[in-house]
Amino acid sequence: MLEAGAQVRIRDMSPPGHIRTPHYLRGKTGVIERALGPYENPEQRAYCLPAPEKQLYRVRFSMRELWGDEAETPDDTLDAEIYEHWIDTHAA
Amino acid sequence: MPHDHYDHHHLSPSGHPYREDNDAPLSYWQTMEIAIREIMIEKGEFTAAEVNAQIEAMDARNPTNGAKVVARAWDEPSFKAALLADGSKATREMGFDIGPMNLVAVENTEDTHNVIVCTLCSCYPRNLLGLPPDWYKTREYRSRTVKEPRKVLAEFGVDLPEATTCRVHDSTADMRYIVLPARPAGTEGWSQEQLAELVTRDSMIGTGLPKVPG
Repeated sequence: MLEAGAQVRIRDMSPPGHIRTPHYLRGKTGVIERALGPYENPEQRAYCLPAPEKQLYRVRFSMRELWGDEAETPDDTLDAEIYEHWIDTHAA
Repeated sequence: MPHDHYDHHHLSPSGHPYREDNDAPLSYWQTMEIAIREIMIEKGEFTAAEVNAQIEAMDARNPTNGAKVVARAWDEPSFKAALLADGSKATREMGFDIGPMNLVAVENTEDTHNVIVCTLCSCYPRNLLGLPPDWYKTREYRSRTVKEPRKVLAEFGVDLPEATTCRVHDSTADMRYIVLPARPAGTEGWSQEQLAELVTRDSMIGTGLPKVPG
């Protein structure tokens, strides 16, 4: 389990199928805003397959991190829900 | 941007646009839905009247539910704390049938403004706010709100001061979000019923602010 405040990086991968990690967040670094608990993995659930539970987190990113020089206001933030298997704690 | 744009080349004599008839063939999934529904009705699983009653119940949900939640949070500090700590539990205890929804309430303060979007589809706290407005589901709203939220908000008439931090919430998975707007000044001593009148749908999405008294 990751704690609020932990720095993380979203995995930059593109598996086929139903994915809930938007492309614009892949490869980006953020901070755990809160842990939400275990939820069935939608990547299987979408196909009515047995879906193991995965920890779900709200991850907060700065607009600077997401959009670089194009950021409208760099210190504004974006929060999104990300499942544990999309989160890399070492590459942050 | 909040408004739909019509094709102005095809107006009726009354000046209103014609709406195309839905003569196109059914899509695969439309055919599938009708087939399953008819089989379920034939098998006696439910009746057509029950299907219609469910649709009516869904259509009947509207932002006044959310407004009651916001008004109570403005009025009762302990409820506000409970709502921010666990939105699902707090609203369920108010008696709202929120089903399996997991609710996160995010609070607007003097220095923070929150806005909700779902870039992947159209996730929306329907049990508290009713059906989402059409613009919420458009590619423009979904793609622009995560990149230039201040410009989008300005088009809705909300001009954020530079010193205010804008927090965008992309509803990507199992949570649904409601913004707890800041209580308008000049409402001291108001009842929850009076306060709820000030709470608009857009103020709970973050694309608007509550009405001001007077």
